Amino acid sequence: MKQLSVDHLLGIKYLTKNDIDLIFDTADHFKEVINRPIKKVPSLRDITIANLFFENSTRTKLSFELAEKRLSADVINFSASQSSVKKGETLIDTVNNILSMKVDIVVMRHPNVGAGVFLSKHVDAKIINAGDGTHEHPTQALLDSYSIRERLGSVKGKKIVIVGDVLHSRVALSNIFALQLQGAEVKVCGPTTLIPKYISSLGVGVETNLKKALEWCDVANVLRVQHERMDVKYFPSTREYTQLFGINQQILDSLDKKVIIMHPGPINRGVEITSDVADSSNSIILNQVENGVAVRMAVIYLLAQQIKR
Amino acid sequence: MSSKVLLNSKEIEIILHRLACQLIENHNDFSNTVLIGLQPRGIYLANRLKDLLTNEYHIKDLKLGLLDITFYRDDFRRRDAPLDANSTEIDFLIEDKNVVLIDDVLFSGRSIRAGLSAINDFGRPNLVELLVLIDRRFSRHLPIQPNYKGRQVDAINQEKVKVCWKETHNKDVVYIEDNI
Repeated sequence: MKQLSVDHLLGIKYLTKNDIDLIFDTADHFKEVINRPIKKVPSLRDITIANLFFENSTRTKLSFELAEKRLSADVINFSASQSSVKKGETLIDTVNNILSMKVDIVVMRHPNVGAGVFLSKHVDAKIINAGDGTHEHPTQALLDSYSIRERLGSVKGKKIVIVGDVLHSRVALSNIFALQLQGAEVKVCGPTTLIPKYISSLGVGVETNLKKALEWCDVANVLRVQHERMDVKYFPSTREYTQLFGINQQILDSLDKKVIIMHPGPINRGVEITSDVADSSNSIILNQVENGVAVRMAVIYLLAQQIKR
Repeated sequence: MSSKVLLNSKEIEIILHRLACQLIENHNDFSNTVLIGLQPRGIYLANRLKDLLTNEYHIKDLKLGLLDITFYRDDFRRRDAPLDANSTEIDFLIEDKNVVLIDDVLFSGRSIRAGLSAINDFGRPNLVELLVLIDRRFSRHLPIQPNYKGRQVDAINQEKVKVCWKETHNKDVVYIEDNI
């Protein structure tokens, strides 16, 4: 009988290898559930979950909501754009007001780094971080690793390159933590302006030549250029970025092996990745989306298990 | 803690044959019947019965599924130890089928209640029956009774019925253990 070593899912850096294994083993069962004629189990029928999205999200929000509903939890949704946050309410006040409606688990996305950690110290509910600023996005990293494990058998010993805007990416940081914890080798590849200075201290290699990076790796996780987080110009033009760091079929054909292509979405087709690559048999982008529901069901189920009656 | 043998391997063998014959009596050639073993412990009995029906009684194309009920249990968050899930392997549709649920020991009936809920997620069965090796009568929390039973026992609540199979314990034997 196993359970998670943590009380909240705030980031991958708080998890152990055993936690990740437990989440994946549980996700295997939920993956079977979501492929049944009736894709639902009654486990969490007495649990209420609030999805608080203080920042835009499409697939993460849908994925969480679907995971919650497939576990039979009651779900309430909240978007900052339609809320009293605009009227000057503080985060703790907003959340405490929601919790007084007897909510057990809070799934939160917030533009500020550490918002989840802050909240976990001040409110009495299980917190799941669905992305905090440029810091962590733990469920994305879990579903990425889960998808690698599904396609390649295991994550251990595999070589993964993260290509693109690493500086502004919470997906990159959570992925680095998760992959290293499972014994994978990680490199990042992108324009030097979009590679954070501290990256080498995490034991991550830096490669600025895309072809060399692809020759080295088993899996390429391609990130979107996050224009909305850029206050200054980090590269001369999108066209130049695409020429140097865009993944197309031509560059993949020039390699003497197959590289698995991943992307956390949303894709800017023709910028960081071309359509033929995104839709090819090497791409597991849609598997990632399906696995996202199973992995989030596992995380929610395992945390709900700790809630005392 | 003391324990005594409730069924030895010879008795289990005879009971398995009787249960197989009773199933044939009601389900003929099993053309519209499927067997479902409940995880984790019902699967050994289910596998044995399938082998027996296939090899000794020449039933062809007998379908056996394994059903995990962890996510349907009514004691989620009510026990100290977390629940461990097992795999569900049902690669056929249950819609309009006659289903025989198989478990080793029927005690409170709560696992069977969970099994009945779980089965419905694979379609609407025509009929559901219950087969158990040991029926601990007088211990029920729910109005659930077996259609086929190996042996009925009047164990008191502190006592534990332990079923061992060749596959897990190297021999077939059923003990009744006194926990006092």
